[in-house]
Amino acid sequence: MYTKDGEKYFVVDAHTHFWDASPDNWVPGQEEYAKGWIECFHAYQGLGPAETHWPLDRFQKYSEELMMHDLFDEGHVDIAIFQPTNLRQWYTNGFNTTEANAELSERHPGKFVVNTYFDPREGDAGMRAFEERVKRYGCKGVKLYTAEWMGDSRGWSLKDPEAARYLEKCQELGVRNIHVHKGPTIWPLDKDAFDVSDIDHVATNFQELNFIVEHVGLPRIEDFCFMATQERNVYAGLAVVVGGLMHARPKFFAKVMGELMFWLGEDKLIFGADYAIWEPKWQVEGFVDWNMPKDEELSDFAPLTTAQKKKILGLNAARLYDIDVPADLRLAEPPVVEPVGVPGP
Amino acid sequence: MTAVDLPGARAGRTAAVTSAVWSALGTVRDPELDEPLTDLGFVSRAEVSRAGRAVVRLRLPTYFCAPNFAFLMVADAYDAVSAVPGVREADVALDDHFAADAINRGVAARAGFVASFEGEAVDELDSLRADFVRKAVLAGTDRVCRAVLAAGTDRERLTELTLGDAPESPDRERLRDRRRELGLPCADDDPLLVDPVSGSAVEPANLTRHLGFARLTRTSQEANSGVCRGMLHARYPHSEDREDTR
Repeated sequence: MYTKDGEKYFVVDAHTHFWDASPDNWVPGQEEYAKGWIECFHAYQGLGPAETHWPLDRFQKYSEELMMHDLFDEGHVDIAIFQPTNLRQWYTNGFNTTEANAELSERHPGKFVVNTYFDPREGDAGMRAFEERVKRYGCKGVKLYTAEWMGDSRGWSLKDPEAARYLEKCQELGVRNIHVHKGPTIWPLDKDAFDVSDIDHVATNFQELNFIVEHVGLPRIEDFCFMATQERNVYAGLAVVVGGLMHARPKFFAKVMGELMFWLGEDKLIFGADYAIWEPKWQVEGFVDWNMPKDEELSDFAPLTTAQKKKILGLNAARLYDIDVPADLRLAEPPVVEPVGVPGP
Repeated sequence: MTAVDLPGARAGRTAAVTSAVWSALGTVRDPELDEPLTDLGFVSRAEVSRAGRAVVRLRLPTYFCAPNFAFLMVADAYDAVSAVPGVREADVALDDHFAADAINRGVAARAGFVASFEGEAVDELDSLRADFVRKAVLAGTDRVCRAVLAAGTDRERLTELTLGDAPESPDRERLRDRRRELGLPCADDDPLLVDPVSGSAVEPANLTRHLGFARLTRTSQEANSGVCRGMLHARYPHSEDREDTR
């Protein structure tokens, strides 16, 4: 919980990781990719305030104690949602797996929500393993990384018929929240790998599922926003928007927040700190303090209210994941106005 | 010219060719961001030897930047540098990228994208490039329309205006160039607002939506550019970093 100026904010960090990218975990022969991946992440950290930058060795592998401290002691986070990224092709024990996340979660009851993944390229065996993970860890969400390499494959699409089978299974198992992360390599390489039309396709076909598009479809915010206006079950994950823009590119942060409020609205935006790329503390505090600058170029956009910030920082994610929010941290229910002169039922 | 001042003259010529190579690289754009490679800091080195051998090295914000756009930039840079008078041989290569070997080999062999990524691509990149020029048209439309509105024109009148009615500016000419590249109407008496796919004039009923999408596309493009510049700076700390809010 974060308190500022007498207002209390329930914070759900909907995008966190516990990874191991240390050289000991690099698959022999794949070292350049394993190294390239984590160094790319580390460069993203460079977009946060200088005092929050870590040395590379700590960034490659951090301790459980540090994570608990950064999220819950310092970072104002009430509940954090693990979003796994396997990358077993490059990391021997995986990069940030459901299993490693769940192990940590079990030691800290009530602090984490554990999401898992599916990959349609894993076929029937993958389907059985997916169902087992969901039941074992009580998963209500999956994180899909469509650009993950597997053998010679450079990724997959949600439009693949195999993906539909897995999404049907998600509906059956009550895995309602489908977080999608777009990456730069997907077959065929001549197409735009960041294209979001496959999410549009499945959001239409699977109305019971929520599709949370991580980092708001960056670098295709425009396609994402346009798609989201047509699909009521599409949400924006703000990881990277807050972490990558709020400090480093404040003017673009304002513009992007303005566009997201304009096209999606306050109920569809989900905060995520993207730890350990960025620590939650400065993001939560900065977001609560932030407001739309008075600037001619931003005149289309209204300032954010405190209630809107509360939704974005936690209440929206709590709704998607059935997280119980303490009564004093909820928004006041809008008063029910009895119609005058209309007989009741 | 005498034998005595020949080395100086040659050095002067080499410097002139090097400068021409930088100018040529300034015409090559990141297809996604619609900005010159030189402005983005993607050219880490451009030198020309006395024998006319140009060595150009490109760098990108991340090791995993999309290989298709990376290929376009290296290939375009190769073409631009090769065409500079005085350049006899061009060695243009990308550094520090997971697909650098495939890209550099393919560009040096002038092999095209499909051949360079055998089995991983089915088409050349023309349609991908065109998609992004269309985005550049939308983003440019926002810039130009803001200038028109700032000059006191009513918003509702925008669909009646022509490209030539917009105040003369680099933004307007850039928009005209992008429309020309796509074969869209781009003369002074063509409509200011056109659909970036069909080229037909935007109807008054679609004005709000068109302007909203133009603004959004510009925001997206500029936010991406901001992230890319920041990432490049984090990766290569000596590169310049600033918030460019053109």
